[in-house]
Amino acid sequence: MIENRPFLNILAHLTLILGVAAVALPVWVAFVASTHPVSSLISGTVPLLPGPDLVKNYSRMLSSGVSTMGTPPVGLMMMNSLIMALAIAIGKIAISMTSAFAIVYFRFRFRMLAFWCIFITMMLPVEVRIVPTFKVVADLGMLNSYAGLSIPLIASATATFLFRQVFLTIPDELTEAARIDGAGPMKFFRDILLPLSRTNMAALFVILFIYGWNQYLWPLLITTDSSYYTIVAGIKRMADSVDGVPQWNLVMATAILAMLPPVLVVIFMQRLFVKGLVETEK
Amino acid sequence: MKRTLFNNRLLPWLLLAPQLAITFIFFLWPATQAIIQSFLRQDAFGLSTNFVGLANYRALMNSAQYMNSLQVTAVFAISVTVFSLLIALVMALAVDRMIRSARTYTTLLVWPYAVAPAVAGILWWFIFNPTIGILPYLLDMVGYNWNHLSSKRDAMTLVVVASVWKQISYNFLFFVAGLQAIPASLREAAAIDGAGPVRRFFDITFPLLSPTTFFLLVVNIVYAMFDTFAVIDATTQGGPAQATNILVYKVYFDGFIGQSMGSSSAQSVVLMAIVITLTVIQFRWIEKKVQY
Repeated sequence: MIENRPFLNILAHLTLILGVAAVALPVWVAFVASTHPVSSLISGTVPLLPGPDLVKNYSRMLSSGVSTMGTPPVGLMMMNSLIMALAIAIGKIAISMTSAFAIVYFRFRFRMLAFWCIFITMMLPVEVRIVPTFKVVADLGMLNSYAGLSIPLIASATATFLFRQVFLTIPDELTEAARIDGAGPMKFFRDILLPLSRTNMAALFVILFIYGWNQYLWPLLITTDSSYYTIVAGIKRMADSVDGVPQWNLVMATAILAMLPPVLVVIFMQRLFVKGLVETEK
Repeated sequence: MKRTLFNNRLLPWLLLAPQLAITFIFFLWPATQAIIQSFLRQDAFGLSTNFVGLANYRALMNSAQYMNSLQVTAVFAISVTVFSLLIALVMALAVDRMIRSARTYTTLLVWPYAVAPAVAGILWWFIFNPTIGILPYLLDMVGYNWNHLSSKRDAMTLVVVASVWKQISYNFLFFVAGLQAIPASLREAAAIDGAGPVRRFFDITFPLLSPTTFFLLVVNIVYAMFDTFAVIDATTQGGPAQATNILVYKVYFDGFIGQSMGSSSAQSVVLMAIVITLTVIQFRWIEKKVQY
């Protein structure tokens, strides 16, 4: 702040409070709806204060779900989402680190070609090539499996670039010292590069976990067996089936549960999250 | 560039193998298939496939639905980009004035980044629900009859609001970082010269923020064109009467539900061209920034 302007300060506070309230509004409404019995959500307007059924609605969704909605218990879907998110985050970090290591620390034929092949994945988002990719996965027999949910999504140009940048800033003297001490490439990778890029890995993990958890189109297409449904894709199937008797309280409870893990990650790892976000976009 | 390297012929390929294998099987191969398919046409029974040259593309250009989808995408992408950038900039400027409360406000503003687009869509779908939603109730009091199931404009507003809500946090973080990178001495000098807050914003802050703004512009267009698929699918599903059928949704719809492979592949190729253009623009900008 450059000069003291009380009016502008009050205006700034008001703007921010308004912004925070507007951002929180849909989640508050969803939360309130999820604590009411279904009868208070059929007509009129949605209540604005929480109701009595918080524990009842959530425990019902987590443990058994609603059979008529065609989805398994939310607990199972959250477990599937967790497995998918972890597999995507860890897989992306692992294969990107080894690729970046190969590209930075070795000279070999077609090095640039390999680099461009990886780069091009950035330009082919899954939504764009969805039909042929689905066909490939179907032909490989990977429908309805955790491998099918995660492996096709773990190629990552951004993560490879990030680790390339990190490795390029690591001084050559370290490599020389390691070589003089007789360390081979893999020992150097394990004992020097891995520990030095630990914070970058953590920051990237936060971003990739959110990315993996929030996948929608891909799990929706390749899971037809309900025991592999993920929560973000499952909630859509739920909302589709509510046209008979809209059980909005249960759908909203699921929505709250679907956003809870990634939101908690952002709030409690805010510093890593900001670092990861800014770094991956460079 | 590294001066100290390791010598090994096989090892780098082993290290690259997983990434390259996935890239070839799940990215390059399907993309090639899409390009090949876009020049072919299957007969109605799927018995024979003929090479038809550019006929699929020509059909696309002559299709009123596709032209409508292009227009819808443009309106949608521009609205999402402009509104999410403007709101985020205002919030970032306000937070930039704060000293003690900046961190708290930041935390309270950034968490929607973590909400899946599909969930964001469901939340706003509920709020805008014509029978029990809160906003239609409020709108009714001022005499507006909200119904996104029949009104094209209401449906577009719904998907724009949900997409903007999700994207503000991202833009906000980058604007805050951009504002912090502007040296305080510049603004102080301007203040001493008698420039008020508004003048300082337009003459100093905004020009110095332009690299951030340009970067966010590209990122937001990409977001609006591709990542909002889930918002559309969870809410309007392209309707009513194609009013929210953006390009990326149409590819999916024509390919999976309409089963018209030639047309869907041609659409895929057009979309790839758009992404490639946007990515190139983004990277040229980064080069410029490095020279800065």
